[in-house]
Order: sequence, then structure tokens, then C-alpha cells
Amino acid sequence: MPNIDISTLPAYPFIGPEDNPFIPVKSSDLERLDGSVGKVRLPFGGWAWLITRHEDVRQLLRHPGFSSDQYRPGFPVLNPIPPKQDDASGLFIFMDGEAHGRLRRMLTAEFMIKNIRRIEPLIEETVIEALERMRSLGAPADLMAEFALPVPSMTVCHLLGVPYSDHDFFQHHSRVIMDRNSGPAQIEEALGALAGLIGKLAEAKRTAPEDDLLSRLMIERVVPGELRIDELVSMAMLLLVAGHETTANMIGLSALVLLEHPEHLAALRENPDLAPGMVEELLRYLTVVRTGLPRLALEDAEIGGQTIRAGEGVVAMLAMSNRDGVVFPEPEQFDPERREAHRHMAFGFGLHQCIGQPLARAELRVALVELARRFPGLRSETALADVPQRPMAVTFGVAELPVTW
Amino acid sequence: MSMRVTVNRELCVGSGNCVATLQEVFDQDDRDGLVWLRVAEPPESLRELVEKAVQLCPVGAIEAERRTTAR
Ligand code: HEM
Ligand code: SF4
Repeated sequence: MPNIDISTLPAYPFIGPEDNPFIPVKSSDLERLDGSVGKVRLPFGGWAWLITRHEDVRQLLRHPGFSSDQYRPGFPVLNPIPPKQDDASGLFIFMDGEAHGRLRRMLTAEFMIKNIRRIEPLIEETVIEALERMRSLGAPADLMAEFALPVPSMTVCHLLGVPYSDHDFFQHHSRVIMDRNSGPAQIEEALGALAGLIGKLAEAKRTAPEDDLLSRLMIERVVPGELRIDELVSMAMLLLVAGHETTANMIGLSALVLLEHPEHLAALRENPDLAPGMVEELLRYLTVVRTGLPRLALEDAEIGGQTIRAGEGVVAMLAMSNRDGVVFPEPEQFDPERREAHRHMAFGFGLHQCIGQPLARAELRVALVELARRFPGLRSETALADVPQRPMAVTFGVAELPVTW
Repeated sequence: MSMRVTVNRELCVGSGNCVATLQEVFDQDDRDGLVWLRVAEPPESLRELVEKAVQLCPVGAIEAERRTTAR
């Protein structure tokens, strides 16, 4: 690697202006970027190439020469990572090649659109219950705490097959993991408690299987010896962690967008069929994985006209590629009727593209339709500029969203 | 006129984008969630949607080629 004066590079992750959660990058940061593929300084040392154009991000995330294994030396780490532990054995999001494919393929059938349709009534039930509970608590209420956070963790409960009697336990510990006021020790403890519960449930399902993900993986994979129990528990934890904060922040920020654009909230109430298109545009416009996707080059490659050398880090900057004017005309505008919205990469691209996307889309659709329907007078209690943000979390979101109705 | 579509199950990661785009042509296997074709030679009228599926497939597992009946 050539010698580079890292201190002069723009500091990454970029954050948006404090007074507008819908702008992913400050213009002062954009100005400092050196072209569409430029170097940035990483938060935990070193530097990486930032890939920003839509076409280049597509190419990068499909390229076989880049690794997702954050434990490899030289990996461009964006978030503090725990030391490699035994309970990482199912975290295929950080694996490459065969190891990744082996585990992901055990789950693909579970997330097929036709199987997600089966749990959609449960999602509806969950959404309606959370909204009616919020109503009964009375205005003003925090839409993040009462609605956006509980819906995705309850949905994962349904998906895994957590019995009713354990829902409160599951919800409580999931909440601790996502709470910005939790310390590392509390989070560690909550993760341990949930892993313990999942392990216990999986064992129970070995003898009394039901129609759920844990039962199927137990009977079809663990019993025949294709999958170890620690891998099963760790995969289930991955589903919880990957599906919770992302979806919760999407629900919260989407509600905020609709509060800022009451005409779209009204349109959705009149015509729920608008929801799927609106959800795609919200995914593009909000791109909650704002820090982007880091990868390590294992071989020399050319991306966007720039040679990337083996051993160098890159970051696919999803939030910028989702605002690439070449693909999305007037990219800064929120336009629920945008024809090309579905080309966004909010779920990534390539081998690791989000496996949970049919579930996430169903949750967002149901959540927004019911919110519009049940709370026709919904208003924000706070000016947009004062809504507290969570810029440095793994996924971007607002810390709270006080609403009234 | 019809078009020939091919899918590569070795590459497929079961994202379901093709099924979401065009259910008449694409489906996912109940056992492994990987793509399979309902129709290998869909009518030309579906070309735009087939091409959308090609574009949205995250791993390039779908190919569409033009096939003319006229010789
Ligand atoms: C709107 C909500 C969501 C967003 C924006 C989102 C975003 C993403 C992104 C960008 C990736 C790619 C990571 C990479 O390439 O390194 C990903 C992967 C993943 N997501 Fe999601 N996700 C969401 C919801 C969910 C849900 C609901 C689940 C499951 C319950 C889930 C489970 C996963 C898993 C397991 C992976 C790893 C896939 C792999 O490595 O093959 N996600 N997600
Ligand atoms: S879009 Fe591609 S990866 Fe996804 S299911 Fe279809 S063929 Fe497989």
C-alpha cells in the first residue's frame, strides 16, 4: 500500500445536518470527496475507498473478489466489533463463499414471499395491537417506543415460533439491546438471555415441532446432523438483530416523512394500494443503513475506473447511490410515484442482499397503512429540526418521535 | 415472437426479487427457496418485466435473450 497522509482525508462515516434527518450527507462533506470513488478516513484507523455511484455500488457488491469477513486483518471496520466468539458461528452476514451459502440457503425458503404471506395476519395483529395500546396510553406518545420498536421484534417472535408465554421476556430483552441508554454489559446480558431462550425453545421443538422456523431448522437440519445447535441459535440471533433496528428505524422515519407530507398520509388513507410503491420510495429516500456496507478486496479489481488493490478496504455508500441522479431524477425529492424507486439498494446487492426483505416490506406496508387508517389526525409534537437523531448507530434513525392525534 | 429466459440456481441467493417482479414467469422452490422458471419462453409482451427482473437480480442469475421465430 502506498504511503498516504490519512489525516488529510475526509472523516467517515459522514453524517447529515443535525436539523434534517432526511439528508444523509452534509454538503461540506460532499465537497471534500475526491470524485465518485475517493478515499476516506475510517473511525477506528486506516482508510478506505468510498464507492458512491449507483452503477459502481452494483458492480462492487456483485464482485467475487471482495470479502465481508470483518475479522480479516485490514477489514474497513465501521462499527466497533466484538472479539470473535463462539456464538458468531451462524453469523453468515460476515461470511464469504461456501460458508455463507451453506447457512443462507437453509433460510431462503423461510423468507419466500409466499411464506411471508402466511405470517402476514400475525403482522397485522401485532401492528393493530401496538397502535391500539398507544392510543390507550393517550397523547402525546413516543411513536418509536410504542410502535416502531415493538412491531419488528414481535414479528421475529412469530417468525421463529416464540410461544406467547415468552413474548414479554423476548420483547423486554430486545428493547434493552436497541436502547441507546443501555451499556455494553447490559446489552451483553440481554443478548445472552435471548440466546438462552432460543436454545431452550429449539430443544423443546425437537420433540414437539410446530409450524415455525426454529422447528423446521431443528427437525430438518440439526437432527440429521447438517447444522449444529450453536449455529442455529446464532443464526436466529442474527435474524433478530438484523431485522429489528433496521425495520424499527424505517417505520419511525417513514412516519416522520408522512407527518412532514400530510398529503401523502391522506392519500394512503384513501387508497392503501399506494403503500407498496410508497414503501420502495421510503426505502430509497431514507436508506437507514447510512454508513454503507464495508468490504475488503482480496484481489486487485477495478471499480468505477479506479484500481482497488488486494488488501484495501472499500465502502459501498448506499445512501449516496440511492441518490444518484443518473438513476433517480431529482434524487433529493421524496416522490412516492417515482417509477424507478424499486432500483434502490437499501437492502444491499449481491450475495448478501437482505434475506429479510419480503418480511420487512410486509411490516412497513402494514404498519403505514394501519397508522394512516387508525390515526387520521396524527401530528408530530416536535419541529423536524428538533427531532433527536441517532447518527452514529449501526442504522440511522430518530431517538424518539413524540406524536399526538 | 417469444423470448428465452434462463436462470442459474447455483448463483441464486433466493432474494425473491424476480418473483416479486413477475410471478407469471418466476417462482421459488418450496424446499430451498431458489428460483425456478414457470415459463421458459414467455411472450414478447412480458419483455419489459423480464428485463426488470434481470436488472433487479442481485447476483446476475437471470438471463434473457431475444429469439426470433422468423428465419
Ligand atoms: C427495512 C428493513 C431492513 C433493511 C433496510 C435491511 C438492510 C439490509 C442490508 C443492507 C443487508 C446487506 C448487508 C451486507 O451486504 O453486508 C441486509 C442483510 C441481511 N438482513 Fe436485512 N434489512 C432489513 C430488514 C431485515 C429483516 C426484517 C430481517 C430478518 C428478520 C433481515 C435479515 C437480514 C439478514 C439475515 C442479512 C444477511 C444476509 C446475508 O448475509 O446473506 N433484515 N439487510
Ligand atoms: S432475483 Fe435472482 S437471486 Fe433473487 S430469487 Fe430471483 S434468481 Fe434468485
